[in-house]
Amino acid sequence: MSEFVQHIINGLASGTIYALVALGYTMVYGVLKLINFAHGDVMMVGVYVGYATSRQLERDTSQSFFGVTLIFLVAMMTCAALGFFIERFAYRPLREKPKLTALITAIGVSFFLSYSFQVETVVGGLTLLPGAAPKAFPEIIKPTEWLVIGDRDIVIWNWQVISIGIAAVLMTGLQYLVFKTRFGMAMRAVSFDHRTAGLMGIPVDKVISFTFMLGSALAAGAGILYAIKDTLVQPLMGVTLGLKAFVAAVIGGIGHVPGAVVGALALGLVEEFVVGYGSSTWRDAVAFGFLILVLLVRPEGIFGRMTAEKV
Amino acid sequence: MSRAEPTLAQKTSSASVRPEREPLLEVADLHVSYGAITALTGAALTVGKGEIVALIGANGAGKTSTLRAVSGMLKPKQGRITLDGAPIAGKKSHELVPLGMAHAPEGRGIFLNLSVDENLTLGAYLRKDKEGIERDRQHAFEMFPRLLERRDQRAGTLSGGEQQMLSVGRALMSRPRLLLLDEPSLGLAPQVIEKIFSILKTINQSGVSILLVEQNAHLALGLCHYAYVLETGAVVMQGTGKELLASDEIRKAYLGE
Repeated sequence: MSEFVQHIINGLASGTIYALVALGYTMVYGVLKLINFAHGDVMMVGVYVGYATSRQLERDTSQSFFGVTLIFLVAMMTCAALGFFIERFAYRPLREKPKLTALITAIGVSFFLSYSFQVETVVGGLTLLPGAAPKAFPEIIKPTEWLVIGDRDIVIWNWQVISIGIAAVLMTGLQYLVFKTRFGMAMRAVSFDHRTAGLMGIPVDKVISFTFMLGSALAAGAGILYAIKDTLVQPLMGVTLGLKAFVAAVIGGIGHVPGAVVGALALGLVEEFVVGYGSSTWRDAVAFGFLILVLLVRPEGIFGRMTAEKV
Repeated sequence: MSRAEPTLAQKTSSASVRPEREPLLEVADLHVSYGAITALTGAALTVGKGEIVALIGANGAGKTSTLRAVSGMLKPKQGRITLDGAPIAGKKSHELVPLGMAHAPEGRGIFLNLSVDENLTLGAYLRKDKEGIERDRQHAFEMFPRLLERRDQRAGTLSGGEQQMLSVGRALMSRPRLLLLDEPSLGLAPQVIEKIFSILKTINQSGVSILLVEQNAHLALGLCHYAYVLETGAVVMQGTGKELLASDEIRKAYLGE
């Protein structure tokens, strides 16, 4: 029983990280009907920015509350800017073109980011691009046991609590933004029909830019939480993690904000149970098997709504 | 805002000459194409202040494209559009709303994923005067009591007629000077159409100029002060509603007589 509870906790902790990345996929899909395949790579960039920022700080500072906050903020803001530029220069010129064009472009942006980061570039002692060799993410949050129940039957780590805590705050904030604010209403209107949204006086381009910036910032936050747990940082890390988060968004019903969270938590739990009771070799296979299973029963995802494609 | 005297508006609808009015919207030499397909080839029209102008014509004549070009939903290839003398061709939709443009688009353009109330709120997206917005919301509910009954429902649950009412009510929430309406009668029962058209008349009498696109030429010509007939992307005939209703060509081509 205690083992089961432990798995639930572990699964939720990794699920919240998927959730933060999945929210970016689902929000961008919501406003643009575009699967932003570069999203996972934006997350990777965020991890590297966090890495670089922490290396600039003294070890003690980087482990302080101030240091950790700073690392998160710098990474999230840099990624917000990156998301803005990607949308502005890669996707916006294609907005009125067939959806497939933008989709292929997204794959191109993904490759551009993940492969250019493998070219080690140092200019005047300053590392601009990190190169392909994996790096160890600094220990900005020292792993300690936050709660131990019984004879180490259940152990909850501090990073798990922090991870779930930060994710919960960010997701609640997002839910509030989308459903309780004027801007959120504009986002939902753009998501439904951006041409009509313009007729209401909604600045559609700004709403879309902001959505990208928000999704990218969340991804950067998620990436650092992931790196704190997994510690190994390398330029292709965004591909797998991004794909998993995309799976989570589809399971929940792509375009649906709470759906992405539920899908991600479900995926995190499924993976944890496979690793815990089966073999970690099967983890990814089962994750995608789970996707297929959900789509067989509900092709629109758990919360998704079937929409007839307009022809 | 210039307010036409109701009496004047009533008089003109039965007169057979178009009275001089200060122009609000002027469209000249408008060309629009969708890729290789040409929709408009030099359309021209004028909407005077306080006037109801109808745009009639067959399917594919370019009526909807004209409205879309005017409201900034699409960029004209060529042509001049002015609102109150200021050039607006090529401006984006959201830039035109503050200038007094409202467009209830083809297919009603209701946000089906939002509630009735939220749809009305979005109509006033750029306004900051909370009290004024609430007054106008109440006014929309007075015009269309059905919307009040359903204010918290998702707009997707409304009937076609209710959605049309919402579309008109929402367009008014921005306090427009010029209201563009695309086929408000489409797919509606005769009583509902009658109700909506009588409300359009009231809206016009309160000072809002209207550019109305209609398939139902009989209805449109009965309501408007002046009308243009579009054929394959250009105006082929124009006149007061009464003139066109009396014209043999119109009766044959558009009124099915």
